[in-house]
Amino acid sequence: MSEASKTSHSSLFKKELGALGVDQEQVSTFAAFSATLRRDLLIALKRRNDLLNPLMFFLIVVSLFPLGVSSDPQELTRIAAGAVWVSALLASMLSLDNLFRADYEDGSLEQLLLSPQPLYFMVLAKNISHWLISGLPVVLLAPLLAYMLYLPADAYWTLVLTLLLGTPVLSLFGAIGVALTVGLGSRGLILAVIVLPLTVPVLIIGAKAVTDASLGLPLGMHFSLMGALLALSLSLAPLASAAALKISVN
Amino acid sequence: MWQWFFRLGSPKWFYEMSGKWLPWLFVLMTALLSVGIVWALLYVPQDYQQGDTIRIMYVHVPVASISLACFPLMAVAGIITLVWKMKLADMVAKCAAPIGAWFTAVALATGAIWGQPIWGTWWAWDARLTSMLIQFFLLIGVIALRSAIESTDAAAKACALLSIVGAINVPIIKYSVEWWNTLHQPASNFSMAEDSPMGPEIWVPLVIMIFAVYCFFVISLILSTRNEILERERRSQWVVDLIADERTN
Repeated sequence: MSEASKTSHSSLFKKELGALGVDQEQVSTFAAFSATLRRDLLIALKRRNDLLNPLMFFLIVVSLFPLGVSSDPQELTRIAAGAVWVSALLASMLSLDNLFRADYEDGSLEQLLLSPQPLYFMVLAKNISHWLISGLPVVLLAPLLAYMLYLPADAYWTLVLTLLLGTPVLSLFGAIGVALTVGLGSRGLILAVIVLPLTVPVLIIGAKAVTDASLGLPLGMHFSLMGALLALSLSLAPLASAAALKISVN
Repeated sequence: MWQWFFRLGSPKWFYEMSGKWLPWLFVLMTALLSVGIVWALLYVPQDYQQGDTIRIMYVHVPVASISLACFPLMAVAGIITLVWKMKLADMVAKCAAPIGAWFTAVALATGAIWGQPIWGTWWAWDARLTSMLIQFFLLIGVIALRSAIESTDAAAKACALLSIVGAINVPIIKYSVEWWNTLHQPASNFSMAEDSPMGPEIWVPLVIMIFAVYCFFVISLILSTRNEILERERRSQWVVDLIADERTN
């Protein structure tokens, strides 16, 4: 769609709404943001399977590590941090597909793109709801799985805190990939190929923080770096996702 | 002032001009390559620690340095594609991705061949090797995205965006990987100061090889871009005329 036809399309849309007595400009950005957030959370709560699947996936992948490596507690202790982090990364990758897919198919994504509120906040709302649905449960389940892999007790808080800072970054980076591939027929593998290399810094910092915590080393730098990544991706990634959505939906 | 910039964006103009540049670039590359290779393989003194193995540096370092330049190039082309919607920039970006991936793969392979006698292993999870590998994955991602999207226009914009995101991430990945682990020797500086660890008899042929491989990269990119131009512009009159001329000759 060209620029000119886009603007005329959107002004037509506004005129129709005006005829119905709705002035779209009156809806504040914050109201639109919270409406999007509430809507996405409501949809997720009505589809329980979507809530459970990432968690089950996380559980299964973590339990594959002892089966594949060894049941020896000492060996498991050494790989525990990495295993939990890699599994969390894969679980967040798996759940990404829900992010824009349904909205793209039923057309509500186009409405979102046509809305006068800044797209950055709309995308951010979708990102936050996605993280609350698929990221937060993984963070909460992580200590149990860490226990099963004999992670030293000193490292539990570090694990939860780094996951709490790191999984939103995974969602935010992943959203760019989802937005780029939302219109494609077969997306699963290409999404992983695009997004996984981008998540390397998060994995490195998170796993190293947990390993260092179990060795009793200082952790300030790890948390600063992870916080910096979160700040950077919070401010830039939704912009990239918004641009990618505009490319994909036209 | 901007006229030359937009003229550069015309595929026809680029096709004609690059046809004139190519013979000169070929001559330059052949000269540099033959001088550089003969010098590096026959006349550079043996390293006091690494012996003749040091000679693979004259392939490894140029290829690796150019493969690092590829992502910034694609990102700049991506910005031009998104801002000025210049078709030529996207053609260059499309052709640069597989060439960059090949250069990265060759840098990894020559690094492995160098590493085997020096470190005693073909592969180590060292910082620079790992960040090179991840850059290879990023380039594969851009190529995969391009081939997955059918519409040329949408593919151009999507790949431009992904290249920009990738280029922002490359330094972050490089930094985090370096922080994670390090075994590779620090990069030697090319300063001509007398206390430089490398004598001129070692770095002069290296500089010649770097320029030679740069020429090779530019030639590959131009040839590949010319093919892309002909394919995309095959319905325009100048390409039809060009092909008719070729047929009659």
